[in-house]
Amino acid sequence: MIPQSHFLILGAVLFAMGLYGALTRRTAIGILMSIELILNAANINLITFNKFIGNETLGQVFALFVIAIAAASAVIGLVLVIAVYRNMKTIFTEKMNILKW
Amino acid sequence: MVGYAHFIPLFPFAAFAVNILFGRKLGKMSALVSIGASFISLVIAAVTFIGNSHYGEGSYMIGRWLSFGGISLDFGVTVDPLSCMMLMVVTVVGTLIQVYSIGYMRDDKRYSRFFAYMSLFMGSMLGLLLSDNFVMLYIFWEGVGLCSYLLISFWFERPAAARAGMKAFITTRIGDTGLLIGILLLFFATKTLYFRDLGNLAINDTTLTVIALLIFCGAVGKSAQFPLHVWLPDAMEGPTPVSALIHAATMVAAGVYLVARTYGLFLAHHSSLIWVAYIGAITAFMAATIATVNNDIKRILAYSTISQLGFMMLALGVGGYDGGTFHLMTHAFFKALLFLCAGSVIHAVHTQDIFKMGGLLGKMKATGWTFLIGALAIAGVPPLSGFWSKDEILSEILREGHPILFGVAVVTSLLTAFYMFRLIFVVLFGKPRSELRAHESPAVMTVPLGILAAFSIFAGFFKPVKFEPLMMGVSAAISVTGIGMAYMLYIRNNKILPAPLRARFAFLYRLVSNKYYVDEIYDALIIRPCMRFADIAASFDSRVVDGAVNLTAYLSIIAGKVQCWFDLYVVDGIVNMAANITWLCSAVFRRLQTGLVQNYLLIAFFGLAIMILLKLTGGQ
Repeated sequence: MIPQSHFLILGAVLFAMGLYGALTRRTAIGILMSIELILNAANINLITFNKFIGNETLGQVFALFVIAIAAASAVIGLVLVIAVYRNMKTIFTEKMNILKW
Repeated sequence: MVGYAHFIPLFPFAAFAVNILFGRKLGKMSALVSIGASFISLVIAAVTFIGNSHYGEGSYMIGRWLSFGGISLDFGVTVDPLSCMMLMVVTVVGTLIQVYSIGYMRDDKRYSRFFAYMSLFMGSMLGLLLSDNFVMLYIFWEGVGLCSYLLISFWFERPAAARAGMKAFITTRIGDTGLLIGILLLFFATKTLYFRDLGNLAINDTTLTVIALLIFCGAVGKSAQFPLHVWLPDAMEGPTPVSALIHAATMVAAGVYLVARTYGLFLAHHSSLIWVAYIGAITAFMAATIATVNNDIKRILAYSTISQLGFMMLALGVGGYDGGTFHLMTHAFFKALLFLCAGSVIHAVHTQDIFKMGGLLGKMKATGWTFLIGALAIAGVPPLSGFWSKDEILSEILREGHPILFGVAVVTSLLTAFYMFRLIFVVLFGKPRSELRAHESPAVMTVPLGILAAFSIFAGFFKPVKFEPLMMGVSAAISVTGIGMAYMLYIRNNKILPAPLRARFAFLYRLVSNKYYVDEIYDALIIRPCMRFADIAASFDSRVVDGAVNLTAYLSIIAGKVQCWFDLYVVDGIVNMAANITWLCSAVFRRLQTGLVQNYLLIAFFGLAIMILLKLTGGQ
């Protein structure tokens, strides 16, 4: 049986990758993808704790909700990216500074 | 048929409304509207006249008008011999004058308005004649005054006409103010305003005399009696038919009518009546003398009117009610005739100076002969109408025992015959004194002349006269003497003016030809002080009142400037300072807003990390 720590290490690695991607990607789509990674890291943690601590399905249900919300947020994010692209002909986040002082 | 009398003034008023509203569209038809209305009034007046002579007099009420404090006032109509006679005179003369005006005013650009005013004038006068109380009378009285103003200054483009209109209005207003005060005083003293109550008023003599004299003031103004006669000669600036209407039927007759209508008031106390007599005598004599030296055809007739009105007042003043009102009627006919003849002459020769005319009888047959008839009538040659009325006045004066007044009346009659025939001889006989292309006026003007001439001849027979051979002989002799004097001076001698006579009485001549300096005296005593006072008031206005206003404005400007400065530098300064402080503070913190989304994310992550660390370390 695979010990619990392996799962948590996987989650932590995934989270770190996502965070690194979110902080370093130049394109808005890249950032969105990185956020998805962060969410999935959270999901892995939720499933893991559900498996090793409780004997109920609360963590799984929570994970399902997170997946649904991730899908919705991805949709909204992509729509925003398309809308921004139509206006500004770019998806580089450092160019999106028209609200700046 | 007496009950229809109140319709008489309504037709001219309706004609006025139609002409003033639709005059432009009606054009020349407006004359027919006015004349038609006058003619209907004439017919009703005639029916009323006949009915009155059958059924006697009476006044009746049309409707309740005012009711206040237990006193009520009705719209009433008086139908008695006096009002019936005057209704006939006004409608006959008025209708004929309007017919004449078709010819006289043919080319005038305010043709329809002229007829509108004429109708209003007639309507007001007819209403005045029918009034049975002072308030109605006063309303129509002012209506007559207004119309005289409108018509005298009808050619208001000419400054003289506009001034004459104003003079007439203001002068008569002075008298009217007296009348108004008299009416109010009568009301407060007796609580009645009806003419029928005037005979037996229960008030003391002093009040009664004061009221009578105040009412007489109104008559003095309207009938152009001394000292308010100055407006009438100037009123000659109006169109000649207007002069005829004013002099014969409407305006000036109103004053005499007022005295006759309120005669009971005057009879009650003789001290007021004697005032009427003396004012009349002074006016009659003064105006007659002025007429003998004037050279303007219309002004001679105007002074003649003043003189004749003075004659009527004189008659009324000595108690000769019949003679005065009789003369009012006959005078209306022959004075209308004379004015219309003068208008016809002016129409033909385009001048008013009699010494530029001459020998017109040959060129203008109809006008000339009717003119002569009018002159014979006013001079009092038997058996024309003027003879009968004048004779009656003279005998009444003598009968009442006023030798001085009788003397004045005789001299005035003599002068009347003299100045009328001076006019006639100079205008109609002799040789033309300047190049005039005189021509007879159209039939629409000469036919009314003929009708009026017939009235001038026969009006004297409308009233049975006591036959007094001696008095009549004297009266006829007076007029023949006057005519003879004029003949001697102006036909035989045939000089422009009898120069030797003038040289001998230079002072008198100057006095008379300057109209006794009445205008000058008024100018010096009333008008000039008024003007000076107005000037002083104006300079007070422009210096003190305007100065105060300007000072206020100037102070306001200075205060405004101070406030503006305060606003700009203090209030705005505070606001700007607040804004600047905010700006300075924000200069530091806005550096955080990089606009790079990953910076925010990084900050959020480190913030979260710090919070977790704190939680982990702080939790133990």
